[in-house]
Amino acid sequence: MSTAAADLGPYLALILVGFLPNEVWRLLGLLVARGLNEESEIVVWVRAVATAILAGVIAQLLATNSGALAAVPLTVRVAAVVAGFLAFLLIRRSVFAGVAVGEAVLIVGAVAL
Amino acid sequence: MSSARQPDPPAAQESSLAAFVRGVSTAWRSIFAYVLFATYIGIGALAHDFGFSAGWMVLSTILIWAAPAQVILISTLGSAALVDTAIAVALSSVRFMPMVVTLLPMLRDRQTRTWQLLVPMHLTAISVWVEAMRLLPMLPRDHRIAFYNGLGTGLITPPIIAGGIGFYVAGQVPTVFAAGLLFLTPLSMLMSITRNSQALIDRVALGLGLVIGPIMAASKVGLDLMWTGIIAGTIAYLVHRVREAMQ
Repeated sequence: MSTAAADLGPYLALILVGFLPNEVWRLLGLLVARGLNEESEIVVWVRAVATAILAGVIAQLLATNSGALAAVPLTVRVAAVVAGFLAFLLIRRSVFAGVAVGEAVLIVGAVAL
Repeated sequence: MSSARQPDPPAAQESSLAAFVRGVSTAWRSIFAYVLFATYIGIGALAHDFGFSAGWMVLSTILIWAAPAQVILISTLGSAALVDTAIAVALSSVRFMPMVVTLLPMLRDRQTRTWQLLVPMHLTAISVWVEAMRLLPMLPRDHRIAFYNGLGTGLITPPIIAGGIGFYVAGQVPTVFAAGLLFLTPLSMLMSITRNSQALIDRVALGLGLVIGPIMAASKVGLDLMWTGIIAGTIAYLVHRVREAMQ
């Protein structure tokens, strides 16, 4: 355990530097949402911003260069995403089918290369 | 596994409890319940390796409920200065603000008090938000908060349990399998959000975000996800406005 976490205690550290800096965004969302109507133009725009941020999160998780996924070559990861996405589109837009195919390609590719 | 394309059909004169239970059962038919379970086994194993307790891991899921923020907290609390950890956690969670802003107008009606929105606010995570954006419009407004609380409770429960299980499998998972676990989240998110994106504005925002996200990360501008959202989201909004004006 760290010096910092040891000084504060892991539970106090969890509250102060984990819970609070994370929850502040949810709370700001609550404050900003007051008085907004779901059909208002600002909400339409904010929803597009949220969707784009999620897309950015997806891309960064896929392209990560840390953790166990970084051990799999980027070309294999991209091939697995493309294969999974095509399976999703072709098999009745089933997320389960897409995930199964994508995972299979990733694992076979990681073992083979 | 059938992914939850629709909530169970609402019964007439349904109680809030019934709406809550329907939310839980909808959550357990969502692919996210299974993806999150697998993902949090990996995060639990990480917490074990960094010397945290199982109780701490469980509490971090209940209080934070954001996988990227938890991974940052677990892996930096041991080495970085506290303020650096807090900033990294905050930067990873910017997404919650636009998500809550778009969610709350769908949940509340005129009688709704602010305190009733605190639990839905906290339960908001990518998985819950993605399912809710598709399912809430099909529900009567006075049942939406109870349904959403059920959906959120149903989706946070598997990760709470899996985080604990991760302690017992730590060190026993082969690297390829660990990589497969980490791959589940982006893969399932991409397809679920695509399935939700019926409108042009959503599709443009999704496609541009996938391209601009890595560019922003590579350019090291700081607040890269916020900029990705503002740039790609604004372009998508403008495309939507131009198309509406032309019709």
